[in-house]
Amino acid sequence: MAALNVVLSNPEPGTTREQELIAQVQRGQAELFYELVRPYERRVYAAALAILRNEADAEDAAQEAMLKALANIRQFRAEARFSTWLIQITVNEALMRRRRERTRMTEAIDDHRDDEGEYAPRDFADWREIPSEALERKEVRQKLAEALASLDRKYREVFVLRDMEQLNIQETAEALGISVASVKTRLLRARLMLRDLLAGGWEQGWFSRLPFEKGTKPW
Amino acid sequence: MVVNCQRVWKEISNYIEGDVDAGLRVAMDAHFGTCTRCKSVLEGTRNVVQLYSDERMIEVPTGFGRRLERRLAQGARVRRSTWSTWSAWLVPVAALALITGGLRWANSLTVPHPLQSEHAQPGRNIPPDMVVVVSAGAKDFHVPGCDVIHNKDKIRTLTAKEAIREGYVPCVRCMRKYLQIASISPDSSEPVAELSANVEAEDRARTR
Repeated sequence: MAALNVVLSNPEPGTTREQELIAQVQRGQAELFYELVRPYERRVYAAALAILRNEADAEDAAQEAMLKALANIRQFRAEARFSTWLIQITVNEALMRRRRERTRMTEAIDDHRDDEGEYAPRDFADWREIPSEALERKEVRQKLAEALASLDRKYREVFVLRDMEQLNIQETAEALGISVASVKTRLLRARLMLRDLLAGGWEQGWFSRLPFEKGTKPW
Repeated sequence: MVVNCQRVWKEISNYIEGDVDAGLRVAMDAHFGTCTRCKSVLEGTRNVVQLYSDERMIEVPTGFGRRLERRLAQGARVRRSTWSTWSAWLVPVAALALITGGLRWANSLTVPHPLQSEHAQPGRNIPPDMVVVVSAGAKDFHVPGCDVIHNKDKIRTLTAKEAIREGYVPCVRCMRKYLQIASISPDSSEPVAELSANVEAEDRARTR
């Protein structure tokens, strides 16, 4: 677990410059706060978007969360990663907004639906190469984003926090207020579903071929 | 141990996390060596994790950073101006509190606050919000965990300010440092009463 975390995590925690900035902002130099959060602004936005699914709401929640982080900067303790702290504040803010605005029954039912059921992969297409250079292309990123957006909320949230935001399993559980076991189950399902959604497309070469027909799924 | 495909699919995410025990890992490795379908699922799942963990996967709306910076700057300004408005009306309120506090203190010289103990040792500079415990039927308030608390099964937690208001006096053991400060202080005639008068003045100022 530890070894894998090293591989998956960004190597940002606690650089000297970051520690200096935190100390200065804690002493009252609020004007330096943006410089402190700038490296994480994308991740903060992505966390809010995963929960709220609407760009304007996500941006507003992200801004509000950063204002709260600034107001509470003295409560930040150096033992924690600053990025994790920011993301947890953002997740809280986004969840609070969703609770406030939630009137749809479907979401409530979705919350309680059993997620312990087995999930069997459906597509066994070979997908050996790691096509990270494919991410240079907007169309590919778009396909990946669409696949992610098609997941049920509970799977999407866990996947975004663990695999995109790089929180660990425990932090993901705490941020969402669910058990570690639920995080693991949902993460498994999210990863397998995304693989099913993408593997066929990979075999057919849509990662490497241009252009796609707009609005069609190549897999 | 031998594992089948269903078991492998169930554990594949934990396997990627490095969160399976050694026996299962060996069994799964053996399975991946022979089952091309599961091997393909493993590699695809790893690709998913790797692709989505890439920073490029997170796209923010154009101008996001600029708008965030502006909002933070506005927020900082609002905080500052809120503070200055605050401090502006804080001055007369503080003055009023001092005057009322002084009057109460003068009163307290003639009408002493009813203390639980006649042998009360005065305390000084006890932080009003300090968490202390008292127990029913006892006279002192203590730092939680003090070893001379009576009736430990009936303790109640409150702040020093509340304990003083209820007439409790500082424990001579765990509150010693406040008592010593009191004994060396030249103007320590009625410090407990003084603190309680200030506490009440503060409360009134807050409820206004």
